[in-house]
Amino acid sequence: MKRLAWPLGMLAALLLVNLIFTDHFFQIEIKDGHLYGSLIDIFRFGAPLILVALGMTLVIATSGIDLSVGSVVAISGAMACLQISSLTSQDSIGGVLGAVGIALGLAIALGVGNGVLVSVIGIQPIIATLILMVAGRGLAQLITDGQIITINSDPYKLIGGGYWLTLPFGIIIVAAVLALTAFITRRLALGLLIESVGGNAEASRLSGIRSRGILIVVYAFCALCAGIAGLMISSNVSSADGNNAGLWIELDAILAVVIGGTSLAGGRFSLSGTVLGALIIQTLTTTIYSIGVPPETTLLFKALVVTIVCLLQSPAFRAKVFRQRRRPAPPAVAADEKVTVRT
Amino acid sequence: MTLLKKIIALVAVGVLATACGGGDAETGATTGATSGGGDSTITMGFAQVGAESGWRTANTKSVQESAKAAGIDLKFSDAQQKQENQIKAIRSYIQQKVDVIAFSPVVESGWDTVLMEAKNANIPVILTDRAVDSADTSLYKTFLGSDFVEEGKKAGQWLVEQYASETGDVNIVELQGTTGSAPANDRKSGFAEVIKADPKFKVIASQSGDFTRAKGKEVMDAFLKANPDIDVLYAHNDDMGLGAIEAIEGAGKVPGKDIKIITVDAVKDGMQALADGKINFIVECSPLLGPQLMDLAKKVLAGETVPDRVVTEETTFTQEQAKTALPTRQY
Repeated sequence: MKRLAWPLGMLAALLLVNLIFTDHFFQIEIKDGHLYGSLIDIFRFGAPLILVALGMTLVIATSGIDLSVGSVVAISGAMACLQISSLTSQDSIGGVLGAVGIALGLAIALGVGNGVLVSVIGIQPIIATLILMVAGRGLAQLITDGQIITINSDPYKLIGGGYWLTLPFGIIIVAAVLALTAFITRRLALGLLIESVGGNAEASRLSGIRSRGILIVVYAFCALCAGIAGLMISSNVSSADGNNAGLWIELDAILAVVIGGTSLAGGRFSLSGTVLGALIIQTLTTTIYSIGVPPETTLLFKALVVTIVCLLQSPAFRAKVFRQRRRPAPPAVAADEKVTVRT
Repeated sequence: MTLLKKIIALVAVGVLATACGGGDAETGATTGATSGGGDSTITMGFAQVGAESGWRTANTKSVQESAKAAGIDLKFSDAQQKQENQIKAIRSYIQQKVDVIAFSPVVESGWDTVLMEAKNANIPVILTDRAVDSADTSLYKTFLGSDFVEEGKKAGQWLVEQYASETGDVNIVELQGTTGSAPANDRKSGFAEVIKADPKFKVIASQSGDFTRAKGKEVMDAFLKANPDIDVLYAHNDDMGLGAIEAIEGAGKVPGKDIKIITVDAVKDGMQALADGKINFIVECSPLLGPQLMDLAKKVLAGETVPDRVVTEETTFTQEQAKTALPTRQY
């Protein structure tokens, strides 16, 4: 919990900025039978990122990385929308479930492919997944024929844009996946095995852990999470865009994992930290839109905030700063003089 | 290495031989430049950017169909968004001695060398849709494409007319295209230029939605929370507008009534929303510049002078016009 103190503080600071600069930011009302407000938006638009980052956390815990998640997002959304657009009735629940099944099946197959490349063939994870990152976007465009597929399906719309029990359905999916992942990795032995593979794959193999199988499962899980995120993103706007869906989400996901305190060197991970990291990123994005940072400076603003978060996270940086603070401060008079000298 | 060069030379000769054997290209090049076509067919080499969007696909189709209709022999290449592919294609057109070369440059810079080669070979070049930044404008005959500033102005003019009798403030939010891209910059400045005449028009928020539906929805959602009183949305393309419509509906407001929506492009999905009353006005950005291109090519080859800049014939659509135009919309 102590590790999470800094990201928590950062999130609080961002919210504080909104409290000061944005009216009605914390206002939550009921509209058309569901919750409505900026905070709900953060969860709603952050849901796909949280999912992708959860999968990424486990991959990074094995000291790997998965660059292909953005492409998997595009492929799964494209596949589902293509299937649904060919249905005679786009509102048939069975047909939508079938489309979702096919899309997620495809995502898992792609993840297994990544896992095999990494564990069986022994390609470096960054290279192995780079293949799918580049080729996958082409595949998504092949599926959509380079066009944007627009659909009109209420059951599909529910996944990323609908509400259930006044809550956005995406949040419920995220909560379920998070609970399941936390249970499997923290209550069962899998989490320990993943950490041991990440710590030292060879040593864990010698001590009897099937590291290959574990790697394949982890990459498949990561792709599955990306697949669900892809369904959410395409469902939210009722269309599939092979070119732009999930573009650069892999970088945001890696960032979320790092902000959450998971080491890129592998060997340990924090699921709650990752969720927090993803929420910080989404809050930052929403903040930029709300307080009206000019688009030309948006990236710089984001970079500044991320740099501050990462510096605060670094024990070495904190140690330095605190040591300096303990030094006797320079005389206050001198500081005042500096301020007042003007010509 | 020398063997490789020999093979390449042989292949090149082979290509040239077949091109010449076809007859059309050679006679076209010699007679076309002097006598302006006459009885021989004109050969046009067209180097397309790629097939990255529905807009581009419609653009390609338009060029191909109008070439057939105009009796022009079209040699078409797809550069898949890569400049080097396009340069290769243009070089091969020069070798094949086509009568005229047309292309949509992938990027603005780096064309001087290959355009100079075309000039030396006496092959006129027409730019379509996108411009190049060459200082030497004699390298190409003309540039045919949309005027993005004009599109922004058209959007602004409709707004000014609609709210002519309005006395209170008109609160406008703007969804910009990809930051730094020419259509985003120009559509923003054209719009701003028209509405600045009247201080009642206030752009209260303006953010980039990257030309995509997902971002359009996300940004609009934030706008709606931060600004409870929005009268008008101006989106730089249809897709962002379509995303924003979903956000507006999610906020319990009626798009097209509570918030008036103006977009640019007029792709099919956008026109559908316009006909359904969810968008109020669309400024067309037409990819169908094929007929104009063929016309220009014939004029250039006939030795007529053409203007340096030709703007694509484009219109605007209101909701009623959209209903009649929708059934025959090609893209």
